[in-house]
Amino acid sequence: MADPIIISASPHIHSARTSEKVMYDVLYALIPAFLVSIYVFGIRALVLTSVAVISCIVFEYLIQKYLLKTESTITDGSALITGILLAFNLPSNLPIWMIIVGALIAIGVAKLSFGGLGYNIFNPALVGRVFLLVCFPVQMTSWPTAVENNWSLVDAVTGETTLGIIKEGLMYGETMSTISEKIPSTMELLLGITSGSVGEMSALALLLGGVFLIVRKVITWHIPATIIVTMAVVTGVFWLVNPEQYANPLIHILSGGAILGAFYMATDLVTSPMTKKGMVIFAIGIAIITVVIRLFGAYPEGISFAILIMNAFVPLINKYFKPRRFGNQIKSKIV
Amino acid sequence: MSDSVLYSVFLLVSLGVIAAIVLYIVSKKFYVYENPLISEVDDILPAANCGGCGSPGCKAFADKLVNTEDISELFCPVGGNEVMKQVSEILGKEVTEKDPTVAVLLCQGGCEVRPKTTIYQGPRTCAISAMVYGGETDCQYGCLGDGDCVAVCDFDAMYMDKNTGLPVIDTDKCTSCEACVKACPRDIIEMRPLNKRDLKIFVGCLNQDKAGIAKKACDVACIGCSKCEDICPKDAVIMTDTLAYIDPMVCTLCRKCVEVCPTHSIIETNFPPKKVKKPKEEKPKREKVAVVKAKVESVNPKTDA
Amino acid sequence: MLKTFPKGGIHPEENKITSSKAIKRMPVPKVVYVPIAQHIGIPAEIIVDRKDKVEIGQVIAKSGGFVSSNIHSPVAGTVTKLDMIVDTSGYKKQCIVIRTDQKNESNFEIPDFPLKKEISMDQKNILQHITDCGIVGLGGATFPSHVKLDLKNDNHVDCLIINGVECEPYLTADHRLMLEKADEIIVGIQILMHALHINEAIIGIENNKKDAIKVLKQAAKSDKRIKVAALQVKYPQGSEKQLIKAIVQREVPIGGLPMDVGVIVHNVGTIFAIYQAVQYDQPLIERVVTVTGKKIENASNFWVRIGTPIKDLVEEVGGLPEGTRKIVNGGPMMGKAIKNTDVPVTKGTSGILVISEDEASRQDPKNCIRCGQCVFVCPMGLEPHLLMNLSEKGMYEKAAYEDIMTCIECGSCSYVCPSHRPLLDYIRFGKSIVKKINTTKN
Repeated sequence: MADPIIISASPHIHSARTSEKVMYDVLYALIPAFLVSIYVFGIRALVLTSVAVISCIVFEYLIQKYLLKTESTITDGSALITGILLAFNLPSNLPIWMIIVGALIAIGVAKLSFGGLGYNIFNPALVGRVFLLVCFPVQMTSWPTAVENNWSLVDAVTGETTLGIIKEGLMYGETMSTISEKIPSTMELLLGITSGSVGEMSALALLLGGVFLIVRKVITWHIPATIIVTMAVVTGVFWLVNPEQYANPLIHILSGGAILGAFYMATDLVTSPMTKKGMVIFAIGIAIITVVIRLFGAYPEGISFAILIMNAFVPLINKYFKPRRFGNQIKSKIV
Repeated sequence: MSDSVLYSVFLLVSLGVIAAIVLYIVSKKFYVYENPLISEVDDILPAANCGGCGSPGCKAFADKLVNTEDISELFCPVGGNEVMKQVSEILGKEVTEKDPTVAVLLCQGGCEVRPKTTIYQGPRTCAISAMVYGGETDCQYGCLGDGDCVAVCDFDAMYMDKNTGLPVIDTDKCTSCEACVKACPRDIIEMRPLNKRDLKIFVGCLNQDKAGIAKKACDVACIGCSKCEDICPKDAVIMTDTLAYIDPMVCTLCRKCVEVCPTHSIIETNFPPKKVKKPKEEKPKREKVAVVKAKVESVNPKTDA
Repeated sequence: MLKTFPKGGIHPEENKITSSKAIKRMPVPKVVYVPIAQHIGIPAEIIVDRKDKVEIGQVIAKSGGFVSSNIHSPVAGTVTKLDMIVDTSGYKKQCIVIRTDQKNESNFEIPDFPLKKEISMDQKNILQHITDCGIVGLGGATFPSHVKLDLKNDNHVDCLIINGVECEPYLTADHRLMLEKADEIIVGIQILMHALHINEAIIGIENNKKDAIKVLKQAAKSDKRIKVAALQVKYPQGSEKQLIKAIVQREVPIGGLPMDVGVIVHNVGTIFAIYQAVQYDQPLIERVVTVTGKKIENASNFWVRIGTPIKDLVEEVGGLPEGTRKIVNGGPMMGKAIKNTDVPVTKGTSGILVISEDEASRQDPKNCIRCGQCVFVCPMGLEPHLLMNLSEKGMYEKAAYEDIMTCIECGSCSYVCPSHRPLLDYIRFGKSIVKKINTTKN
């Protein structure tokens, strides 16, 4: 007996893209940065990432199945990505139980309480990170020193990030020329031999992944390019005016998770605007707020806060920056 | 330290007092006069806010009742005659009594009798599936089974029967608000008069196709044979070419059409079962014969004596 | 760089598997079912009765108004009944059923119309012929052509654009027509230019039909006014508004017509039908139909008489293959799925596509991930995710404010959505409600 004929409305063909494929593309893009991180921080980075990923998936399953009593959506890859991105934003010597708390907040509060995938306003990984930063400021700001070829599980020395060193130095009245001896060189920043969170190490590896995402059409170039260019311009202006009080733009771009934020966190599909005009406005906002926090605020690093603040403006941006409707010119052009 | 506490308390209390005074003045100055009758009427209305009266909500309907001279055309289907009577007493205006009605589904083509010949893929709402194609079966007039009517009912009076795939209307809860009638894209639900014992007789089919095509699509389709029209003693059956319709205002619920319909397309609800009557009918006949014989025998002894 | 429209668009697989198959002639059907509503506008009025004998090309239903069209008998035979037959929409519509007279020679003569270049008629006669011969837009819209050509004297139309794009995957009817009847098409264009006093005509063809571009360029060599424009392969390049934007860079205003920017657009099939109507008084009784599908044995293009049941076409290509799950009347992006093959071919049928198991089913829709892909691909600059949401929630006035009525229903949004959301289904529904609200207001 032949299967019955199917009827449906047009279109009757579909592109091969699915949301799972999009998620897995993001996963592949993060692999180079992850490998650099293991190289620099050792097995601890692997442990941290695995704990984050597993807790995110487990919490999503438990909350959906038993609290919300709906079907579980752990196979769509979004919990996996949230776990990895959360881990990339944490220092690799964070106690395990704190990672689990962060995962619970990221998935339970930032994602599922708003309605699940597609309904959240704020980037879940960043909400988890900021929550941990505010609750456990000491552990969240003790960065392990980067040691090449580090395969040990036990962390030896803790140190400061590049931006942290700059901030402290400037606060104590030092000038940039003296500080610049203490911070890693541009090459070291690019390759990733510096301290910081698991994911913000190698600007090069992150850039590679970012380009991969743009080529695969998962994200467009608008947000990352605008963030980096605007940051460069704004910090460049300050640096030109007073090079002793302000670090040069290259340092700003290559450190503090700016590249991680620009390519992976700000471009999160759910929490970013849906039109190209809107994306540029969003990116400019993030860049300006980041620079303001870095130069004039209490924190050495501001991109996480900047992205979360701009996430709140996204519905407004979507409302006012609509694409131009075809044929909306007032006079019709007659030759 | 006590100074600062005193200052804070004093400041907050004065702020509170000032705010209270300002609010009082504003509420008096910008007071909107509303006819007190409106809230009185609104209190008796059932507060269902279903829109069955034609107004957007019970308060708006109360407003309309109070402000319209002649309210004989206005009626609240949920409250019914009782509520309208009370309204009439409060406002001193005349209201017309309406017979209670109930929603009836004029299609009984469930999954078993009306087989599906295709699979529809797409949003499961009747409004959209009616647009895509004639439906998953061969009858383009029947119920689509996607439940727009059930979704729109504010009074929980409808649910989808899982076995037949058709919506079921709970007569006790139906308030005649007509939301389901408007929601159905094929106009399959009709308002019919509500009988005291909830007796209903109606043709459960809207198929306008010719006999052969209709029967092929659905076992219980109306084939337009006119047997019901012929047998109806009150002429309550209206026949178009291929479809019968029983006019509820003329029908006396005698059930003759139900027996005679060859496809069992006419539905009767809540009637007592008929089969028990037949053996009772036979017995009285025999008894009568015995009684007659006894009477004849009893006459004779008089003559003997 | 080839020209194209700047906003939106998608690149589905072309699958033009029948592009090298010459158009064959379908055998004359035994019975034809001719619907009276084959065009946009008022259905035609039947003027024959049961048991009437009709000739090929005889008018069997008269135009029902200005925006309507005559319908001619595609065969010589007898009218057996005036019945309600299921058509592409899935609902029964009025049809005229004619049984072909197998003994009448005229049914089996292959019409021989040698190329006739001279244009001897004046404007009024040309338009009258187009009206009488029941010509409607054969691109799929079936808009009565004489209405489109009814220009007032103060019109600003200066350009005639011929739509040879055929952007839908699988369909090759227009491609083959351009290859085989290039000279006739050029004469048809000249007829229209003469009738409308237009001095420029541009034929738009997608770059995946390089042979057709070459043939038409060659045929148009003698007439400097006719140019051929090769366009980038992008869907929906063949949509009227996108085509005008791509070729002459003019945007039809919202709610407007191509006439407002001085352009008239016609499909190549319509041009060929106009040529035949004007030069040979031949009414519209047949058209080219592509019958195709990945598993069809002898997929090909055919000249088919209007009213032929699709069943006959399917038999001609070897029957429905095993595992067929969907039969589409038209292309895969905008065609309508039909339930059975008794549906007749009408003036708007450009192709029959048979889809098998692996590609036929829709996947279950998931949550919107707000990726914005639907916004990026919409050629009209709309926001499909928003329009779907508004239609679903019943906020029709807001949807009208967000320009839901300018949607051309091309299907690019549903095609590209990674969560498989039924965007176009809801937008179509929203449009129907907004249309209803607008007509009750006016």
